[in-house]
Amino acid sequence: MRGLAETATAAAGYAFPNDLHIHWSLMIVLYPYITGIVAGAFIVSSLYHVFKIKSLEPIARFSLVFAFAFLACATLPLLNHLGHPERAFNMMVTPSSTSAMAGFGFIYSAYAIVLILEILFIYRPTMVALKDMSTGFMQKLYNVLAIGSDNVSPESLALDHKIISFLAGIGIPMACILHGYVGFIFGGVKANPLWATPLMPVIFLLSACVSGIAGIIVTYMIIMKVKGREVDLECIRTCIQYLWGFFILDFVFEMLELFSHAYMATHHWETLHELYWGPLYVSFWILQVLVFSVIPFLILTWMNLFRLGDTLVRIFAPLVSLMILFQVLLMRWNVVIGGQLMSKSERGSVYFHPEWLEKEGILPALLIMVLPLVILYVLSKIFPFWLEDDPVASEPTAG
Amino acid sequence: MKDIQAEINKGRRAFIKKVLEGTIAGSLLLVIPAGAMDIPEQITGMREEDGPFIKKKKFAFIVDITRCIGCGSCCVADKNEYNVPDGHYRTWVERYVIDYDDNVYVDSPNGGLDGYQVPREDVPEANVRDTFFVPKLCNMCEKPSCVQVCPVGATYQTDDGFVLIDQKRCVACSYCVQACPYSVRFINPVTKTADKCTWCYHRVRKGLLPACVNVCPVQARLFGDLNDRESQVYRILHEPHVISVLKPGMGNKPSLHYVGLRREVV
Repeated sequence: MRGLAETATAAAGYAFPNDLHIHWSLMIVLYPYITGIVAGAFIVSSLYHVFKIKSLEPIARFSLVFAFAFLACATLPLLNHLGHPERAFNMMVTPSSTSAMAGFGFIYSAYAIVLILEILFIYRPTMVALKDMSTGFMQKLYNVLAIGSDNVSPESLALDHKIISFLAGIGIPMACILHGYVGFIFGGVKANPLWATPLMPVIFLLSACVSGIAGIIVTYMIIMKVKGREVDLECIRTCIQYLWGFFILDFVFEMLELFSHAYMATHHWETLHELYWGPLYVSFWILQVLVFSVIPFLILTWMNLFRLGDTLVRIFAPLVSLMILFQVLLMRWNVVIGGQLMSKSERGSVYFHPEWLEKEGILPALLIMVLPLVILYVLSKIFPFWLEDDPVASEPTAG
Repeated sequence: MKDIQAEINKGRRAFIKKVLEGTIAGSLLLVIPAGAMDIPEQITGMREEDGPFIKKKKFAFIVDITRCIGCGSCCVADKNEYNVPDGHYRTWVERYVIDYDDNVYVDSPNGGLDGYQVPREDVPEANVRDTFFVPKLCNMCEKPSCVQVCPVGATYQTDDGFVLIDQKRCVACSYCVQACPYSVRFINPVTKTADKCTWCYHRVRKGLLPACVNVCPVQARLFGDLNDRESQVYRILHEPHVISVLKPGMGNKPSLHYVGLRREVV
């Protein structure tokens, strides 16, 4: 009988009979991937709004809307995964205080409120201007999005600016909590030696920053290409700097975590060793480490240590960012799926290959990953992402 | 001739009478609820308990590895009791084979449901040093990880120490499945909720032993009240035996104890 869990096949040794099912499959790979992109994109925006990295101005607003588009879809894989999605709100109505998972609804909602408010305040002057330029439904919509106030006096904008700084300020720890917390959901499972490490939230957070920055670079450059506009290369160079910095930390911590396991060599190491050199060999060593970590690391080092020509930046920035996006996806796969490939019998492992048309298969996963981009497209019709499209761009937008 | 005919008729009449009596008696048996049959109490003092929780008792489950013969009766009884979907196991029996080179071979085809009637072919019989069977079921931990991680409180611990699942609350997020160190949990594909062994809570409440304990032909599975000093489980746990629990390092404090547990068993 086909269940909610997907069936794995025995690889080696003896796996407990109930361990021949993968209960967390592609949907739970996507969940930290999407929330990671959200947190990372928010960090990019905060680098401009809070840390005043001026060269990031062209993408500061876009990063926020980008984060929102992904945030709007962050719960979809979870809902698709639950056996009883109609009871999902029980997690917020009757949460169990001891559960690491019960906090997600609250942390997610709080973060969503901060993100939406920040977007609305940043765009308020633009919404006011667009409201006056449009008619009918769009006028009404812009009126709502302007939070009902068309006061764009210098005093009012200064107040907006204060609010935005405050929201961006509290948004940083909240973004960190959001994704650090997602790491803890895994890191707190003591029964699983691959997950149960205090480094897990740190690795999740760093990989989130990396995936967010990479996602912004790729999307920004593709949109500019499609629109036939010039990419702001200084902005991209700054992004690549931050990508390099965060990726160094991310990759080093990922390797440190593995090295610690190997060096301490507790009784779990035997199981983990079997896993890394067995079912995870290709997806971890070959793909995640060699192809999508070492090579991007070398490219990023080269791009940051030498001042490359514009053409090279145009080629390598999106390329390396795409590779990093794959790296983070592979990391999520190797953690989420990998952790379930070793049986708790400590003497066996299983293989797992996702199906295309399963409820939690590859096709639903692709649809869920495409949906944020569709939402982003719809939002682009409402919120002008780029300063040159903004009717009030002549004076710098708030922030 | 008339006498013979009369004799046959008499027999017919008696036969029809008996059939009718049987039918009526059978029908009555079907109508009267099973409880009214007064099945003898299997757990002493259970039927004197009242209230929602069994406060005067502290239950323990003991598996005696030195006794188990791997017949699979317990697995069959469990599957019948709960209609467990194929491929999922509330209880299972593992077969351990150890050779003279100290290699350990473990398997549990179909969870031991079919019994172990054929020896392993991949281990040369002459080289086999030892074999034994290990039944597995819910450890009913004093500090259950599954209860800790359940986000909606669907998995809970009763005052009398049972770890149970509220099927009407469970969202099937599978966090409990991941958290259980013993892999006794699964997501039931029929109810779409988490599922596991309950030590037959519904039977225990009626003073009956868990189904697997009831059917075990060699008393390898024992269940009883630790507050009853006359109980078999009390005596075993308080007399000199080699007794252990699974994965003690996890800190879950299982209430499932094993007699004669071998160091090879995980």
